[in-house]
Amino acid sequence: MEITVHRAGMLTTVQDLGRPGHRAAGVPLGGAMDRCALRLANLLVGNPENAAALEFTLIGPELEFSADGLIAVVGGNFAAVPPLQPVRVAAGERLKLGAARSGCRGYLAVAGGFSVDPVLGSRGTYLRAGIGGYQGRALRDGDVVAAEDCARSVVGRWQIDERILPPYTAAPTVRVVRGAQAAEFGEEWLTAEFKLSPRSDRMGARLEGPKLVRRVEGDLVSSAVAPGTVQVPPDGQPIVLMADAQTIGGYPQLAHVIAVDLPLVAQLRPGDTLRFAEVSLDEAHRLMLAREHALAILREGLAQKFR
Amino acid sequence: MRFAALGDSAVVVECDGGAEASALSRVRALAAALTSEHRAGIDDVVPAYATVTVFYDPVRFAANETRPYEQVCHYIAERAALVTATTLGETESFRRIEIPVCYGGDHGPDLGLVAKHCGLSEEAVVAAHSGADYAVHAIGFAPGFPYLGGLPEVLHTPRRATPRTSVPAGSVGIGGAQTGVYPLATPGGWQLIGRTPLRLFDVARAEPALLRAGDRVTFRPIGEKEFAAWK
Repeated sequence: MEITVHRAGMLTTVQDLGRPGHRAAGVPLGGAMDRCALRLANLLVGNPENAAALEFTLIGPELEFSADGLIAVVGGNFAAVPPLQPVRVAAGERLKLGAARSGCRGYLAVAGGFSVDPVLGSRGTYLRAGIGGYQGRALRDGDVVAAEDCARSVVGRWQIDERILPPYTAAPTVRVVRGAQAAEFGEEWLTAEFKLSPRSDRMGARLEGPKLVRRVEGDLVSSAVAPGTVQVPPDGQPIVLMADAQTIGGYPQLAHVIAVDLPLVAQLRPGDTLRFAEVSLDEAHRLMLAREHALAILREGLAQKFR
Repeated sequence: MRFAALGDSAVVVECDGGAEASALSRVRALAAALTSEHRAGIDDVVPAYATVTVFYDPVRFAANETRPYEQVCHYIAERAALVTATTLGETESFRRIEIPVCYGGDHGPDLGLVAKHCGLSEEAVVAAHSGADYAVHAIGFAPGFPYLGGLPEVLHTPRRATPRTSVPAGSVGIGGAQTGVYPLATPGGWQLIGRTPLRLFDVARAEPALLRAGDRVTFRPIGEKEFAAWK
């Protein structure tokens, strides 16, 4: 099926769960900023969790479908589509996603998945190198994106429990584990409130707040960083590295956002606030395993819901 | 061998001996061993200077009541113990890569500035830059971008006060005490002294990045004709 992008929205790209295995070549994992939302959107249309979907930012696209199909939208609150369930679209139907009422990034999955050629094992778009996704770039007005033909239909009317979603909010407390240079800073970062800067993007969530002063002098030797790494450049304003962040960094590492809370950061809008709370590595893993368990149960439960 | 968690999905491994040659060899041998094994649940192995960072999936290391972090460190330590004198010897023989560079002119708009700053002629800058032997300590910053060690001190030149909004792919630059090659057209603040026709990153290649941590690099001056003719 073909999907015509009448209006592309603010920043709409084809994403999946990224391309592991190439960090040593300087290629970041990339993929969806809110991995949980993309996985749920795919599950809601009976796709493998890693199928390519559209990620849109603050203002969603206006799409026209060339054939009957099944879609789902998860993430930020883009009111055009009933949440937490698959939605039938008809051939010729136009869907206008509009502005998010809350949250920042939405994910639209279509049964069958978007069919763009994989690059380095992923259909995700890595804008910096112009690879992957739709011609290595963000979608523009007039683009036509293909999706696999898929005759899947839904059995019955149902929706999933919203408690499976991360607790999205405009003022989250984001859990972190300590970073290698945490001891070089005071502890005020654990009680301070930070605001998301409009200069944030897929590489990093830039935070504005009290200046974090490093008590030690001297440059660090560059080393690997990861999405979730909270680094503090000389200006004292922390940056939470996100999906497209470079793979090697040289700034002090204050902390690392735990994997289950990265979706909370991905859904922040400029002006939203966040606070950090420290947890142990064991707790981070416990939470991660609990979420994977919940998703596995959901996956099993949905197996009978499609034809 | 020291282990440190990098968040909940990666471990940084550092060998005793810091930046000594033997420690670097052990670290790279470990990186090679882990990479070639392709164990399920190990997503990436990233060598950088004297460390190796191992990206893992905690779900795949969660068997038998043992915590994922302990399990993955145990796995890495076991592999490290298997790095014998033989495998060390294998990884001692690093690759030597020669990078052709057309210095100066349109390809190196800052060569004159660097020469002036260093109190050298442009020819002397080219001779010093291309006469040195460089070690690739890490690949990062951008796909295929090498962090190179070994820039002669006489060539150290501060970065530009205002970065260029776009630097041509293949540009060779100096920034402070570092030198390197921009693999992609990106903004850049380094002083550009030349350009290579080689593609440091190409998704069409079996191994997209031309360079790896552990390689030795030299730069070879070429003329405009050779640059233009490069395929």
